[in-house]
Amino acid sequence: MDAIHLLIEGFSLAIQPANLVFAAIGVLIGTAVGVLPGIGPALTVALLLPVTFKLDPGGSLIMFAGIYYGGMYGGSTTAILLNTPGESASVVTALEGNRMARAGRGGPALATAAIGSFVAALIATAGLAFLAPLLVKVAVKFAPWDYFGLMLIAFVTVSATFGASPLRGLTSLGFGLWLGLIGLDQLTGQARLTFGVPQLLDGVEVTTLAVGLFAIGEALYMASRHASKPEKPLPVKGSIWMTREDWARSWKPWLRGTIIGFPIGALPAGGAEIPTFLSYTMERKLSRKPEEFGTGAIEGVAGPEAANNASAAGTLVPLLTLGLPTSATAAVMLAGFQQYNIQPGPLLFTQHAGLVWGLVASLFIANVMLLVLNLPLIGLWVKLLAIPLPWLYGGILVFASMGTMAANPSVIELLLLAGFGVIGFLMRRYDYPVAPAVVGLILGPLADSALRRSLQMSLGDPMVFLQHPSSAIMIAVATVALVAPFMFKGLAKFRQDED
Amino acid sequence: MSDKSLKLTNRPAAVIAMALFAVAAVTYGDASRMAVRATYGMSANAASYFICLFFVALGLGHLLSAFRISAGPTEDCDWRAIGWIALALTGLIGSVWLHAGFVLGATLLFTFTARAFGRRALLADFLAGGVIGIIVFLFFNKLLSLALPQGPLERLLG
Repeated sequence: MDAIHLLIEGFSLAIQPANLVFAAIGVLIGTAVGVLPGIGPALTVALLLPVTFKLDPGGSLIMFAGIYYGGMYGGSTTAILLNTPGESASVVTALEGNRMARAGRGGPALATAAIGSFVAALIATAGLAFLAPLLVKVAVKFAPWDYFGLMLIAFVTVSATFGASPLRGLTSLGFGLWLGLIGLDQLTGQARLTFGVPQLLDGVEVTTLAVGLFAIGEALYMASRHASKPEKPLPVKGSIWMTREDWARSWKPWLRGTIIGFPIGALPAGGAEIPTFLSYTMERKLSRKPEEFGTGAIEGVAGPEAANNASAAGTLVPLLTLGLPTSATAAVMLAGFQQYNIQPGPLLFTQHAGLVWGLVASLFIANVMLLVLNLPLIGLWVKLLAIPLPWLYGGILVFASMGTMAANPSVIELLLLAGFGVIGFLMRRYDYPVAPAVVGLILGPLADSALRRSLQMSLGDPMVFLQHPSSAIMIAVATVALVAPFMFKGLAKFRQDED
Repeated sequence: MSDKSLKLTNRPAAVIAMALFAVAAVTYGDASRMAVRATYGMSANAASYFICLFFVALGLGHLLSAFRISAGPTEDCDWRAIGWIALALTGLIGSVWLHAGFVLGATLLFTFTARAFGRRALLADFLAGGVIGIIVFLFFNKLLSLALPQGPLERLLG
C-alpha cells in the first residue's frame, strides 16, 4: 500500500509539464541515437549523459528514463531493418525480425517489437515498483560482508557464467577492475597506479571507458571491415499495422517474454541475452507454425523483444535498491546517478524517496510516450538509418569526444578515450566481451571498500565472510558459478576424449 | 603431452598473456612502493596485489590456451582505415593540446573519420564537419553552458 501511495506521489512529480517535456525529449533523442547502427542502449545513455549535466537531478533523471527506454526501442529498430544488432540482447530480434523485413513485413515486425516492448516494460516497471521496496527492507540490513558477497556474484555471473568463454569474460572484468584501482584510494587517500599524473588521481571516468570501448572501439572495428561488408537498411514496405493474425500470434509471446525476462534481469546476474534466447527457443517450441522460424516468424520477434525490455527494467531492481549494476547500461546509468552525488542503494529510497518514485513514474510515462511517438514516427527513424556510414561515424566520434571533453576538458582524458577505443577495437576483433570491463570499473572500488570495511569491523579476521550465513552463501554461489563453466567444459572434453 | 600440443597455435592469446603479465608487474611495482597505513586488515595496496594475482592467473590461462586451442580465422583488417581514424583522433587531441579549439578538432575528427569509411570528398566533409562542430559548440556552450575547449574561433563565436 505504501508503494502505491509513493508511486502516486511520484506521478504527481513526473506529470508536471516541465518534466513531461524532459521525458518526451529523452524518448525522442534516446530513440534517435539508439536507432543509429552500432549504438546500443549503453552507449546511447553514455553519449547523452552530458546533455543532462546542467539540468536539476529530478529533471535529468526523468530525461534519463526516456533515453533508456528510447535507446532500447531504437536498438530493436536497427536490428530489424539493418540486421546490425547494437547489443547482444538484440541479436535474437535480428534473427526473425530481419527476415520479416526482407519478406516485406518490416512494418508488423517493428509494430510487434514496439507493442511488445510496451507491454513488457509496463508489467516489468510495475514489478520494479512493488519489488524494490521489499528488497530495500532486506538490503538495509546488509553489512559490508553481504555487499562483498553480492558483488562477487555479480562479477562472476557478468563475466564468466554466461559468456562464450569464461577466460575472456574474466579478462575483460580484470581489465575493468584494474582500471578501478587507478586514482586515490577511498579509505586511506593513497594514490594507486597514477604514475605521477595528477589527472589520474580522480580515477577513470566510467563514461570515458564506456564511450571509448563502445563508440571509438566500434568505429574502429566497423572501419576495419567496412570494405568487405557494407550494409543497407531495408525499406519498410506496405502497411506498418499488424493484422488480426499478427495480434493473435503476438500477445502470448509478449507475456511469456515478460515472465522470463523480468526475474532474470532482477537477479544480480546480468546477461541480458539469456532471457532473449530462452524466449526465442520457447516460442519456437510453442508456435503453431514452427516451420516459419528462420524465415520470419512474428513470435520470434514478439517474445525476445518483450523479454529484452522486461529484463532491462528488471536490472533496475538491483541497480536502484542495491547500487549493483549488472549490465553495461546499468553501469552507465549508475555513473549518471553519481554525477549528481546520488548513490543508488537502500538509502536512496529513504533519502531521495521523491526522486526515486518520480523516476519510476517517469518510466511508465516514457513507456507510453514511446508507443505514441514511435509508431507514427517510424518513417523518420528509417531516414536516420539511411545516413551514410562515413558521416554517421564521423558524427558519432565528434559527439563521443564532445561528451568526454564536456565532463573533463583535458588532453589526458582524450588520450584515455583514444586508448580505450583501441582496446575496445582489439576486444571486438578477438572476441572479448566489453560489458564486464565497464561493470568491473564501477564495482571494483565498491567491492574493495566493502572488503576492507568488513575486515576493519572484524579487526582483520577474514573468517567474518564465512561466519555470517548470508555472506557465506553468497560467496559459495559465486564460487560455484565461477567453477561450473570450467567443470562442464572439462567434462565435455573428457567425454570427447573417451569417444 | 605430445609434440603437437607444445606448438604455439594461438599467437594472439600468447601476446595477451604477455600483456597481462606486464600489467601485473607494473601493478606489483606500484603497490610495493605504497606505504602501509592500515589499522586493521588490509591496506590500500592489498587490492593491487589481488589484481596482480588475478592477472597472473589470467595470463597463465591465456598461455595455456595459446598452446592448446588454435586461433579461429581472423577477419581481414583494413589497416588503412584504422590509420585514418588514428589520424582523426590525433587531429582532435592535437588541436585541443595546442589550444586551437573544439571546432577545429571536431572538424578534423569528422573529416578523417569519413575518409576512413571510404568518403573521398575531403573538402565537402571538412565544411560539413565544421558546421557540425559549430552547431555542437553553440548548443553545448550557450544552451547548456558546458565548458568545451576554446580556441580563437570559439572566442569569436562566444
